[in-house]
Amino acid sequence: MKILPKTSFSTSKLALFALIGGLFFSGFSPAFGHEAEEETHAKPSVSEVIIEHVMDNHVWHFFDGHYGTLYLPVIVYTPERGLDMFSSHHFYDEHHNRVTYNGYRLDHNQIYLGEKAVLDFSITKNVMMLFINAAILLIVMISVAKAYRRNSGKAPRGLQSFIEPIVLFVKDEIVKPNIGPKYQRYLPYLLTLFFFVLFGNLLGLLPGSGNLTGNIAVTMTLAVFTFIITNVSGNGNYWKHILWTPGVPLPLRIIILPVEVIGIFTKPFSLMIRLFAAITAGHIVLLSLLSLTFIFESWIVGIGSSIFVLFISLIELLVAGIQAYVFTLFTSLYIGMAVEEHHGDGH
Amino acid sequence: MELLTPGSGLIFWQVVVFLALFFLLSKLAWKPIISSLNEREASIQSALDSAEKAKTEMASLKADNEKLFKEAREERDKILREARDAANRMHDEAQVAAKKNADKIIEDAKAVINTEKQAALRDVRSLVAKFSLEVAEKVIRKNLTSDAAQQDLAQGFVKDIKLN
Repeated sequence: MKILPKTSFSTSKLALFALIGGLFFSGFSPAFGHEAEEETHAKPSVSEVIIEHVMDNHVWHFFDGHYGTLYLPVIVYTPERGLDMFSSHHFYDEHHNRVTYNGYRLDHNQIYLGEKAVLDFSITKNVMMLFINAAILLIVMISVAKAYRRNSGKAPRGLQSFIEPIVLFVKDEIVKPNIGPKYQRYLPYLLTLFFFVLFGNLLGLLPGSGNLTGNIAVTMTLAVFTFIITNVSGNGNYWKHILWTPGVPLPLRIIILPVEVIGIFTKPFSLMIRLFAAITAGHIVLLSLLSLTFIFESWIVGIGSSIFVLFISLIELLVAGIQAYVFTLFTSLYIGMAVEEHHGDGH
Repeated sequence: MELLTPGSGLIFWQVVVFLALFFLLSKLAWKPIISSLNEREASIQSALDSAEKAKTEMASLKADNEKLFKEAREERDKILREARDAANRMHDEAQVAAKKNADKIIEDAKAVINTEKQAALRDVRSLVAKFSLEVAEKVIRKNLTSDAAQQDLAQGFVKDIKLN
């Protein structure tokens, strides 16, 4: 009696794992079919598939077959033609080959009109992920906020009791100690940032989903927001520190000034690269391990790599939280440095 | 390299969506959540403060009680002591008074006895005198010339004595 639920648990875990694995595999299958035909190009094809998987796309491929692909809308702007909107289905013929549509050409996720790249506002896979992420965030957080209004003065329950410790953690462990007494002003931004990155990271781990927070455009935008907020809220003390570092001899100031000025930009730059690299690297590792099965075409390797993938997936769950934490932590640290009052030790 | 070049479309959508998300969440989620969290924090703090206050009040109350109790005990002891003293005093006084009374009674009784004795002695003396007189009278009255008569008389006296 005691062993039975345990076994059923592990079976269900295995089944879940098989499902996840299956979904991942299905994503590769067209490319791997291709690989089987041209065995000499097998290895480059795998790396192409992996890179394609962590990149943005104008179609959202779930599985092979007629209904397996979601063709997303393309929105382009050119000075000649103005705003144009059509389905990305038009870039593919019935045999799934790339074709030119209406003069527009899709090449490596970039749309060209003639030879010139167009301004592309398409709802790509990652934009869809962005919408989904935002929608989930809104639904979850507004329902939690409603729960606070509904049972005010009572102990938190349900989703509320799951979100509350995270909010408190961000507020009391990240924002308050790093920004100081003025933290209330920045708390909404930092909470939004934290949950956006956290939910984005977790959604990105779902099979078939896009790599939203591992996309450099997304991390860059977030880093730019942090950059703007930091420098807009920077007080005299902060700028004095950068432009005329106190307590440093004059000749050294000549060296320190450019370093400090570069520092303004390296801070958000490091934010951008860290999140992008951590999430994308995680995805590449997962996909590479899965690809081993297809490279060696052996079910023993398949079992081995699946175990590894399970292990790495668990690490990725951890990384999802850590990266959200780190991004918020450094953002509050930078804001904290910008709003810090002078503290008389003259360094 | 493609991986490292941010797409313009995604940047545009990210800015739009993130800003919208920020404003919506700030208004609809963070504001009520943070304010209720702060409220709860304040209420917990005030509850803790009032508990602390109650504790100190209890302590001072206890100290007061202790003091009152001690005072009451002292009062009781004092009263008891005084009562015992009073009782003792009264007892002593009563004893002294009783002794005095008794002495007086004895004295009186002695005096009465003395007077009675004196009176009795006086009576006896007068009686003896009377008897002597009577004897003398009887002796005189009888004829005491003859020996026989004297003997009779003596005999008579003896008889009387024997009868006594």
